[in-house]
Amino acid sequence: MINISLLMIMVATALGLVWLRNLLAVVMFSGIFSLTAASLWVVLGAVDVAFTEASVGAGIATVLGLASLALTRTEHEKRTRVFHLPALIVVLVTGAALIYGTLDMPGWGDPDAPIHTHVAPRYIEDSLAETGVPNIVTSVLASYRGFDTLGETTVIFTAGVGVLVLLGRGRRYPVANPRVAAGGGPGRAPAAPGSEGAAVPGDSGEMRFKAILRVGGKLLIPPILLFAFYTQAHGELGPGGGFQAGVIFASAFILYALLFGVPMARAVAPASVLRGTLALGVLIYAGVGIAGVLLGGNYLDYSVLAHDPVHGQELGIILIELGVGITVASAMMTVFFVFAGQDPQQVD
Amino acid sequence: MDFPGLFNYWIVIALMMIGFYIVISQGNLVKKIFGLNIFQVSVFVFYISMGKVEGGTAPILAPGFATYTNPIPSVLILTAIVVGVATMAVGLALVVRIRDAFGSIEDDEIAKLEGDVT
Amino acid sequence: MVAVLLDGLSWLCLVAGVLAALIGGIGLLRLPDVFSRMHAAGLIDTLAAGLIIVGLVLQSPSWTVAVKLILIIVFILFTSPTATHALARAALHGRVLPWLGDRSSPSEGAPSSKA
Repeated sequence: MINISLLMIMVATALGLVWLRNLLAVVMFSGIFSLTAASLWVVLGAVDVAFTEASVGAGIATVLGLASLALTRTEHEKRTRVFHLPALIVVLVTGAALIYGTLDMPGWGDPDAPIHTHVAPRYIEDSLAETGVPNIVTSVLASYRGFDTLGETTVIFTAGVGVLVLLGRGRRYPVANPRVAAGGGPGRAPAAPGSEGAAVPGDSGEMRFKAILRVGGKLLIPPILLFAFYTQAHGELGPGGGFQAGVIFASAFILYALLFGVPMARAVAPASVLRGTLALGVLIYAGVGIAGVLLGGNYLDYSVLAHDPVHGQELGIILIELGVGITVASAMMTVFFVFAGQDPQQVD
Repeated sequence: MDFPGLFNYWIVIALMMIGFYIVISQGNLVKKIFGLNIFQVSVFVFYISMGKVEGGTAPILAPGFATYTNPIPSVLILTAIVVGVATMAVGLALVVRIRDAFGSIEDDEIAKLEGDVT
Repeated sequence: MVAVLLDGLSWLCLVAGVLAALIGGIGLLRLPDVFSRMHAAGLIDTLAAGLIIVGLVLQSPSWTVAVKLILIIVFILFTSPTATHALARAALHGRVLPWLGDRSSPSEGAPSSKA
């Protein structure tokens, strides 16, 4: 019952998105949509996925959307085409075809559905004995479907590089002394309150008014980082793993950049270091595979990494989760810094 | 047919179609990308719904539980979410570059400008 | 006996929390301007969330779950005032003036001004 009501909230949010002209509200509604989806997944028993969606969809995606709105300097759509007849016809026909397709599907939650009768029982029954990892999602992700995850990690790496290629060069934030640029000095004159279009609301001075935000942020950043490490290390036993940990780790830096300005955050995590770690994660992942080959196994076969196959599996899973975490964290931070580091004034 | 039956899937399809409608009918590129996000999340919901087992708990092995939710859709979607946000970042970066080049992020204005050039 | 009492207390907290969330939601829709709407949102952040979590703590099967729930409320109590402060400051920065009732309301602070 609760999943039907959550789905209804999602339908209402999505319909609202069609009508909204204010793009700021579009971004916010998209965040609400993602968060509702995350709650739905907790109800459906997919806790790892819910965890990821809550941190990615409601966190990083919203920040990126706001940053790109600041960069394109648009707040409103020119016109909304709420009713667009050809599009409506296409959508209705497609929807009808899809619903026709579901008529042959087994009922929702049916334990005898084909999806539950082939490989899934094997994972549920044997994965603990074979890998020593109680979280089946982690063991399938990192070990049984290791090739797939290697591909996904490479896609994230490629996307990070793609954003760097598109926006990273030529429009970089003017490099200055980070402390001066952040306007943090108490003796400095505050920036004019009317200065428009600051992509990062941290660099316009006014230390006195920011005190509450900065103290609150400083109190929050260490627990966020600690939680990221916990998520990374605890991924075998409970919900969590490299993907979530990377995103949470990056969000601590994003919070720091929002409060203290991008130059300050870049001083903590310089672009050159991030570019290195972006590649390092994929390298660790692929390197574990090579190590397996050198020790006489197949590529990404972790059983040969230690004397005991189960220990080898555990070691391999921990190592590749570390690689995933490093790449995801660096990719998210790189993307955010590239977006937020742009100077909106320079666009015109 | 008992109540949940296929009803869940139908709502999810309605969600997908709303996202699809935003992508093809709206002119603003940022709104198109967020419509695509709606579409994408709906597909994820569809996968996760298929993995649900009646009475199953989260797929983390613990003594005292026998029925678990199917872990495979979780694995597929977990990676897809992070890949989705990474590709969305590339899309938004492209929008920013388009704004630089054409001074607009409305598709009909861009098409008109392109027509002037050629 | 104690179990029944705890259960009843927990349900009382949960129902009160849900009511507080409902009142906050109505306030969010009905109040005239950004600043007063933020009060309604504050009710949800503090009273509703707090009561629901206290109700859940009373239901929790082991102390680790209870500690996690208490940590959640601690973080909510840290973040939501900070976020509200940032929101109010952003609204002032965007020249949204508070609604001053029917007497001599400034044009920009009219109830119809956007949130």
